[in-house]
Amino acid sequence: MSSLASPSTPTRNRSPLPGFGLSLGLGMAWLGVVVLLPLAALAVRAAGLGPQGWLRALRDERVHEALKLSFGASLAAAVIASLVGALVAWVLVRYRFPGRRLLDALVDLPFALPTAVAGIALTAIYAPNGWVGKLLAVHDIKVAYAVPGILLALVFIGLPFTVRTLQPVLETLGREPEEASASLGASRFTTFRRVIIPELLPAWLTGFSLAFARALGEYGSVIFIAGNLPYKTEIAPLLITIRLEEYDYNGAVAIAALLLVASFVCLLAINLIPLLFEKKAKRNG
Amino acid sequence: MADIPSSPLRDPLQEPAWLRALLIGAAVLSMALLVVLPLAMVLASAFGDGFRAWWAALAEPDALAALRLTLFTAAIVIPVNAVFGVFAAWALTRFEFRGKRVLLAFIDLPFAVSPVVAGLCLVLLFGTNGWFHALLQEHDIKILFARPGIVMATLFVTFPFVVRELVPLMQQQGADEELAARSLGAGAWTMFRRVTLPNIKWGLLYGVLLCGARAMGEFGAVSVVSGHIRGLTNTLPLHIEILYNEFDGTAAFAVASLLAGLALVTLVLKFWLEARHGDALANSHRRH
Amino acid sequence: MQLHLQGLTKHYPGVAALDGIDLDIASGELVALLGPSGSGKTTLLRVIGGLLHADQGRVLFDDIDATRLSLRERNVGFVFQHYALFRHMTVAENIAFGLRSRPRARRPDKATINKRVQELLQLVQLPEHGGRYPDQLSGGQKQRIALARALAIDPSVLLLDEPFGALDAKVRVELRRWLRKLHERTGQTTLFVTHDQDEALELADRVVVMRAGKVEQVGTPDQIYHAPASPYVFEFIGRANVLEGRVEQGRFQSGALQLDAAGTQDGPARLYVRPHDLVLSEPGAGALPARVRDVLRLGGRVTSELEIGGHARLLEQETFDAGAAPALSVGESVHLRPARYRVFAHAE
Repeated sequence: MSSLASPSTPTRNRSPLPGFGLSLGLGMAWLGVVVLLPLAALAVRAAGLGPQGWLRALRDERVHEALKLSFGASLAAAVIASLVGALVAWVLVRYRFPGRRLLDALVDLPFALPTAVAGIALTAIYAPNGWVGKLLAVHDIKVAYAVPGILLALVFIGLPFTVRTLQPVLETLGREPEEASASLGASRFTTFRRVIIPELLPAWLTGFSLAFARALGEYGSVIFIAGNLPYKTEIAPLLITIRLEEYDYNGAVAIAALLLVASFVCLLAINLIPLLFEKKAKRNG
Repeated sequence: MADIPSSPLRDPLQEPAWLRALLIGAAVLSMALLVVLPLAMVLASAFGDGFRAWWAALAEPDALAALRLTLFTAAIVIPVNAVFGVFAAWALTRFEFRGKRVLLAFIDLPFAVSPVVAGLCLVLLFGTNGWFHALLQEHDIKILFARPGIVMATLFVTFPFVVRELVPLMQQQGADEELAARSLGAGAWTMFRRVTLPNIKWGLLYGVLLCGARAMGEFGAVSVVSGHIRGLTNTLPLHIEILYNEFDGTAAFAVASLLAGLALVTLVLKFWLEARHGDALANSHRRH
Repeated sequence: MQLHLQGLTKHYPGVAALDGIDLDIASGELVALLGPSGSGKTTLLRVIGGLLHADQGRVLFDDIDATRLSLRERNVGFVFQHYALFRHMTVAENIAFGLRSRPRARRPDKATINKRVQELLQLVQLPEHGGRYPDQLSGGQKQRIALARALAIDPSVLLLDEPFGALDAKVRVELRRWLRKLHERTGQTTLFVTHDQDEALELADRVVVMRAGKVEQVGTPDQIYHAPASPYVFEFIGRANVLEGRVEQGRFQSGALQLDAAGTQDGPARLYVRPHDLVLSEPGAGALPARVRDVLRLGGRVTSELEIGGHARLLEQETFDAGAAPALSVGESVHLRPARYRVFAHAE
């Protein structure tokens, strides 16, 4: 794309295209009002808690359990979603079979479906009297109103992210690296392990981080199936709303700030992963 | 892939057929369990008590109020995010300036933030002891537990959709056509109307589609700010929650089926856009 | 429309894209800006067109200072490297765009616009293509429509950015000749950027050879080719043989070779001679003894590589023949006389 260089000061633009001031101004104003202002309120309030406020809020056993559950379940769910997602992405890109297009379209369903709808549907299926829950109950396996249910819901919403980050990379990968590897005598398994997987690693990690970040903050899909027993199956976002209802703003803010920091770290990781891999490639190459 | 009659030698470029079958089977099974089943449950439960019951649940006054509120919210949020999204995409893709990367990163923020946290932020702004509380009291404006709060919460969570579609698309397309238009003497509005807009219209539609789907389905953020006042500050997803918690499964799923239907329409339109106009969308949407 | 460029300078961090460009272009001239990438030729074109602003200097259209005019106000016909045709408009709508975009006061009526579009389609020899869309056109056709579109606004000057860069070799040559004829018909002052010297030499009235933001030489194609002003130009255009030597009292000496080098200062120097300017001759002071190392034929052209005693590099000698037996055979000893050459002094 032709570069339209202009002096580095954003206010005085000499580009041949019109509307710099207006578009940048409006864009930033909208960003500021809708996104940055609310987040700033949280940041300020969180900072204002002071070390005492933080300790008091976080010393709570209930908060501990909720955070443990949220982080732990999100991590596990992200791993599962990444594995299942890799399987689905591979199958969609590499194989041809009847119904492939349908499968491809369905991958987006958890993304398009409102979280509350997903929540009640999953609960109904896996509750002890539900379609699948019934079968599992025979073997004394509890999914709904227990941690497995939470995992299930989080995997559900994470799947589109893990599949959709891998798909384009698999598509553009092409056959040549594999053909080269095979022509040099490597078995299919070796080729897979030493050629294909390293190529997919950055995208796979990105998908994982996205699924993790999304799972961490997930509310609607989970609160129906979780059971929401304090200390047992209560996720952090739910605890935030409970604290709010109790007018314990500080408590809510503390948990929220933690979740926010975790999300930012994920966002950072997602943006840095491709850079990190590029550097590694440069060093080796 | 041409089918060559099986020979004793293994194809080094392809997994053995049994493995392929296994993998395909496993993928289909997982998708069925995870994705298809919930959809089926919604439809089965919604119509489980017959069409009459389904219709009754939807025609119920509180449900209708929820529908109106959901549509009202979407009707505001979609155009606002679309218009500002176009402006932001224009600034980001047609000019060089310091801080562009930071701006792009900030735009992704709502994706990374939990909807509940978003709701909390609005409470901190407009609730008791909130930054704007005094100002609101003065002018007798209600944001929380009222429509404005719901709209703001939805604006937050749907913020990135349109911009994120337009930025890669406009970058791909480059500025040459617009420069050509200017060199031929076109004014700013003429250039935008006759050159830019036709080129981005499918990407814009795609972004609007995703924005709308999310706007109507948003739960967590709206839940925090709405106050759950029946018939007044409940959107469709919140209404579903109420019905479900009151053990009115059929009604809950009936309303849910409406949203599920919307999700399906969104998917179909998305699919159609990618298939039919894939070349007018950002590269990540090319369909094989 | 005359074009005057005065002291144009443009800096990017760490590099001077344009370093004081002074140039005068007469009305109706077809001028080539020739140079390798990084020479500043595209930057210069864009500054003239108003897509970029120079840090210093002026651009004048006749007597009018256009430096501060915006892209929109400048009324130049800019043809982009990849044509930038409006993909959602038909060919006719593309061509009509400039006229239709004029403010009400200056806008011609519909009938006039349509007539003009038809005229231009005739001019670029695509009269039936008005209703087509850009993606239905070949590369060469797109190029011609882009030209027609630029001409529609009656521009003060026509600016072409690597006009044939994206085309196949054969189409490129055809279009080159076509552009020359078009220019003769319209008489439009035209500037085009190219890195292809054949294109520049064949097409242009004058060639501006650029390098690292400066003008190396301006002249007719003949002047540039046969009378290069510097070693850089000599080597950039056409092929060159280089011979080290010294100039003493107006004579160039290298081994047994002695040639007139009046006007070149005494000291170390280099002789530049084109392969086809090396002629077989009798032994003598004006001739170089050489031994044939290799003979290559390509079509009707015979290139011989020759070894000169005491020189590492081989000389190339070139003749054209109609397929008769080769003039030289490998291992043969001959004498070569530079029929046309340049001598440039250079610091050790």
